[in-house]
Amino acid sequence: MPFKRYVEIGRIALVNYGKDYGKLVVIVDVIDQNRALVDAPDMVRGQMNFKRLTLTDIKIDIKRVPNKKTLVAALEAADVKNKWESSSWGRKLIVQKKRASLNDFDRFKIMLAKIKKAGVVRQELAKLKKETTG
Amino acid sequence: MAPKDRKPHVSRNPDLIRGVGKYSRSKMYHKRGLWAIKAKNGGTFPKHEKKAAEAAPAEKPPKFYPADDVKKPLVNKRKARPTKLRASITPGTVLIILAGRFKGKRVVFLKQLTSGLLLVTGPFKINGVPLRRVNQSYVIATSTKVDISGVNVEKFDDKYFGKKVEKKKKKGEGEFFEAEKEEKNTLPQDKKDDQKTVDAALIASIEAVPDLKSYLGARFSLKAGMKPHELVF
Repeated sequence: MPFKRYVEIGRIALVNYGKDYGKLVVIVDVIDQNRALVDAPDMVRGQMNFKRLTLTDIKIDIKRVPNKKTLVAALEAADVKNKWESSSWGRKLIVQKKRASLNDFDRFKIMLAKIKKAGVVRQELAKLKKETTG
Repeated sequence: MAPKDRKPHVSRNPDLIRGVGKYSRSKMYHKRGLWAIKAKNGGTFPKHEKKAAEAAPAEKPPKFYPADDVKKPLVNKRKARPTKLRASITPGTVLIILAGRFKGKRVVFLKQLTSGLLLVTGPFKINGVPLRRVNQSYVIATSTKVDISGVNVEKFDDKYFGKKVEKKKKKGEGEFFEAEKEEKNTLPQDKKDDQKTVDAALIASIEAVPDLKSYLGARFSLKAGMKPHELVF
């Protein structure tokens, strides 16, 4: 089982610990065995330990340590945001965030919707069962 | 220069650090122009005559001196105020009652009474909670709001909810006692009418929002996996 996601310049990573938890960042340079120089459009470029990063499948084409302008342009060109939000990992995170921000009333409405959906599914299933047995 | 037109004056002596001004006393004397006031007034500060002190009414010596010195209690200038209302609770907020016979019920907040308690109604037709007082501490405020503009809650205050004082009937045991007990249980008709008028406007605005009526009719409970400290209400 070889590695598929490598630490390289341009690799997009997800921050999994610390102040920038949950942000997508670009690895812009490697400092030493443990740390990378990391940058994102909405943060100041800084160092981060690899242990705080989870690598993703997305990679963009940049040179070592680009300026902010070039970085943002490269992110736009590679359409990182849409790629992330359409990936299954990205979609899962969005759903988690939505669930966490639900109101008590929203949770009630979702409960009603779930019951309704289950009712419809059960009806269809009953119909199908009738067809096969009858 | 009427006194009302003056702006509050900024100090002419800026602080270097707290407690130390930039200018000395003599410099400030010059800055404030006290020399000019003196010069205008011929060498001295303008004085006004003291009002002649009225002769104080002759006090009689007290009739009674206590044997020991009595301590005076300290001055207490605190005023009684209703409990500070949480910012999340505004008129029309849906609250979840946490204790008492209506625990778990979702209820509409009307106003805060002068005692600090919250005036709340089910509405009665929806979940069986009448016009009632509830303590702020036993309530979770949700972020759901109901439009309460059509409701008039002016007439409700703590006295409305107070216990009725009964006139004691000492004479006549047996039959009299039984008759009294039967009367206590029914609600007076005017309270029922108050409930209806308040609820009429409320129910109209509740039915305008889909699912809100069944939401208010359902009780809240924690299910598996719900962590109260992580829930957003």
